[in-house]
Amino acid sequence: MDVNKEFTAQTWPDHPEQATLEGKNKFVGFWLFLACEIVLFASLFATYLALKNRGPASMGEEFTTQSLFELPLVFAMTMVLLTSSLTSVYAIYHMKNHNFKGTQTWMGITVILGAVFLALEIYEFNHYVHLGFHYTHSAFSSAFYTLVGTHGAHVLLGLCWITSLIIRNNKRGLNLYNAPKYYVAALYWHFIDVVWVFIFTVVYLMGAM
Amino acid sequence: MAHHEEAVVRTPVEYAYERKKRSDQMKMQVVTFALMIFLTLIAFIAVNAGFSPYYVAPIILVFAGIQVVLQLYYFMHMNEPNMGFISFFMWSGIFIAFITVLCFVTIIWWHTAW
Amino acid sequence: MSSIAKKTGFGATVWDYITTVDHKKIGVMYLLAGTFFFVLGGIEALLMRIQLMRPNNDFVSAGFFNELMTMHGTTMIFLAAMPLLFGFMNAVVPLQIGARDVAFPFLNSLGFWLFFFGGVFLNLSWFLGGAPDAGWTSYASLSLYSEGHGIDFYVLGLQISGAGTLISGINFLVTIINMRAPGMTYMRMPLFTWTTFVASALILFAFPPLTIGLALMLFDRMFGANFFDHTMGGNTIIWEHLFWIFGHPEVYILVLPAFGLFSEIFATFSRKRLFGYSSMVFATILIGFLGFMVWAHHMFTVGLGATANAIFAVATMAIAVPTGMKVFNWLLTMWGGSIKVTVPMLYALGFIPSFVAGGVTGVMQAAAPLDYQLHDSYFIVAHFHYVIVGGIVLALFGSAHYYWPLMFNQMLDERLGKVTFWFFFVGFHCTFFVQHFLGLMGMPRRVATYGAEQGLDTFNLISTIGAALMAIGVLMLVINVVKTAIKNEKVGRDPWGDGRTLEWAIPQPVPFYNFRQTPLVRGLDTYWIEKQEGNEEGMTYAEPLGDIHMPNNSILPFIMTIGLFIASFGALYNMDADKPWSIFLLIGGLSILFACMFARSFKDDHGYHVHVEDILAEEERLYGKKGGNN
Repeated sequence: MDVNKEFTAQTWPDHPEQATLEGKNKFVGFWLFLACEIVLFASLFATYLALKNRGPASMGEEFTTQSLFELPLVFAMTMVLLTSSLTSVYAIYHMKNHNFKGTQTWMGITVILGAVFLALEIYEFNHYVHLGFHYTHSAFSSAFYTLVGTHGAHVLLGLCWITSLIIRNNKRGLNLYNAPKYYVAALYWHFIDVVWVFIFTVVYLMGAM
Repeated sequence: MAHHEEAVVRTPVEYAYERKKRSDQMKMQVVTFALMIFLTLIAFIAVNAGFSPYYVAPIILVFAGIQVVLQLYYFMHMNEPNMGFISFFMWSGIFIAFITVLCFVTIIWWHTAW
Repeated sequence: MSSIAKKTGFGATVWDYITTVDHKKIGVMYLLAGTFFFVLGGIEALLMRIQLMRPNNDFVSAGFFNELMTMHGTTMIFLAAMPLLFGFMNAVVPLQIGARDVAFPFLNSLGFWLFFFGGVFLNLSWFLGGAPDAGWTSYASLSLYSEGHGIDFYVLGLQISGAGTLISGINFLVTIINMRAPGMTYMRMPLFTWTTFVASALILFAFPPLTIGLALMLFDRMFGANFFDHTMGGNTIIWEHLFWIFGHPEVYILVLPAFGLFSEIFATFSRKRLFGYSSMVFATILIGFLGFMVWAHHMFTVGLGATANAIFAVATMAIAVPTGMKVFNWLLTMWGGSIKVTVPMLYALGFIPSFVAGGVTGVMQAAAPLDYQLHDSYFIVAHFHYVIVGGIVLALFGSAHYYWPLMFNQMLDERLGKVTFWFFFVGFHCTFFVQHFLGLMGMPRRVATYGAEQGLDTFNLISTIGAALMAIGVLMLVINVVKTAIKNEKVGRDPWGDGRTLEWAIPQPVPFYNFRQTPLVRGLDTYWIEKQEGNEEGMTYAEPLGDIHMPNNSILPFIMTIGLFIASFGALYNMDADKPWSIFLLIGGLSILFACMFARSFKDDHGYHVHVEDILAEEERLYGKKGGNN
């Protein structure tokens, strides 16, 4: 099946992301990469848990998880990111139906929601820094910013990635060459959400208790 | 060797069936999403209500686990056939992640009772 | 686009290798680069042995000794052993499973360049203010306070080459999962492919903790983070755990492919099917699995507590079981076989007692109470050199001889090879056997010298003499390679006469598309089956002759790596207040990297097709009128 072939909704394969060998390779390879990312984030979570609320002897109660975190903001961030996961599901649904416009639109909405999430996170970090909770403040602050910041960096990368996908394919339309690209970008976005589920549970909720 | 998959030619009935299947799947995913929102809400409320951490912590961890399984199996389609190898690798990763975290909360600091 | 038209000449060849995505050429580059770093690490070892030759020696200073010791370990593990194994994986695995290339040819090239420039970056530290000096484990409290940029070179260099390794690991996993020829079921895969698969899975899960550990170290040194600083609430043990969660699987990443290589050699030269194939596969997977549950046995003396020590001790001892299964399977493969003692077989025969000796001392150390005695002594040095040199280096040398005709269509000199083996083998035992006793006598690891009255002189002298013998062995291997290249005698397909697996069925030289028609695999040891049935072609085909789809070459991986290389210097010197220009290096390098990524993703790259008439012309060019397989 030629990758440049024009398709209609009727001839479009059931699993366009795996219809070519290249697509299948990309699909499996990306899943394996996600398996590797699980361990990457586990190392960061483990470090955070080991260093939670630890600081120099002079560190007071002010900068502990209990008094620092603001749950309403975290709740808003969680809702935004969860919703963006659903919108990327919609994008893939349309991709499988060979509805290119739908795919682009829903991917665009996903990007906007991701950007909102990132803005909220930057606001949050900025707020903490203004309180005096710097990156070098304590072992706890280093571990916190590194864990949540690595997730934020993944969001940023995802935004750049999906945005460039939308732009690069705008004139090309859907074909078997770029269908896998959309699919793995959506997988990546879901994975970001998976990590966030643990961040809001382990870092914020369990920290606030 | 790359492109020798057969071209798909569907009858209108087959096509309608595919569309229907996909839209059913999409409905299922929306239900999944609602469930995830619900679990998140419960978790935040449980923490805000100020119950004992010994009750709340295990519950919200289980909720997080359920959310992750929902994401993986419904949003990311790990429930589809031919995902055997991928499931194996993902669960291996989760297992190693668990061991790592377990180690870091038990034997990093000297004063733990081990 | 025709791929057949080739320019000749030195410049064209260099360009061809820099841009290539062909797994066979990348394999050759891995071998070359790995050998270069192997020799470098060997020279560092020799300098250390000269220093330790006699008591109170002052051949090198203590500080320089620390740098030598650090760089020897780091170079040998990350820049010699792994790339050399990757060389064989690249050269052999796609041919063994009947694939025309790896799953991600572009990434394959990128992985090689990342490894190579990471290694170059690390070694440039010798000329730019001093090499890292905190040991290859680089324990945090020591390395945090190391002066100069040595540790930063270590961190950034390993980060780059580690990224390359991870990419290659994913690449091999996908290749083996997706690109096996028809009929090549998992339980028909040659054992080297199996061990590559499991080792790649270990890479997938072991490298992230290293990445994180290195990143935390970088943040501590560069941005003033407090992960390992106990005065700020940090904990130095975190580094040790992260390092060994990576570090222990790492030794299995190295030794499993070595096991695979030996399995091929044993079966071929015993002229018998590998004994207990399915138990071999099972043992490989089990070793890989258990390899993740034992890392804390490197940390028994840290004070994890009796419970943790007991758990990790038992898990460690358990690994001896699948390893023992493998040893017995090799012995039983030879049992009743018609053994031909060629050079590769000689290395395999030497491997069994050497590796078993190293394994047995490993079980000794797994007993936590005894480990308190042995920890950080020369006994440990003896142990891990017995498994690494006795296992991996013997495998590398043996399979260099074994696979040389497959890769270069030439045969290394057998007589010289045998002499090489004896020099190296005797030298190896001479060097490391006595180190067991040095350890038990109380000589600590990593010391730059020792006193005359300590009674350590004789054994240290013996050890140094052994190191010289090993050096002679390596030199003879290099001479053998040069001699063979000059002689340039083509040996053709299946030169050992007893090849069993698919890679030996391909006509020599191997065409760039590997298989003109995808083969149909009819069983384990598929080439052996075809030979038994008198099939002159060597394989049964799964498809008629048709157009072949191949990936395009690309210069982008090379440029991307250069960009990252430049950016790393920027990051490194950015720590110094007096070097404001470094920020431009950082930004400039990263811009190159991102520009390349952009170019890669915005341009469609569909590869090209080799048409039937091109295939026929190429076959005539390579094999003359009669064609390849006839």
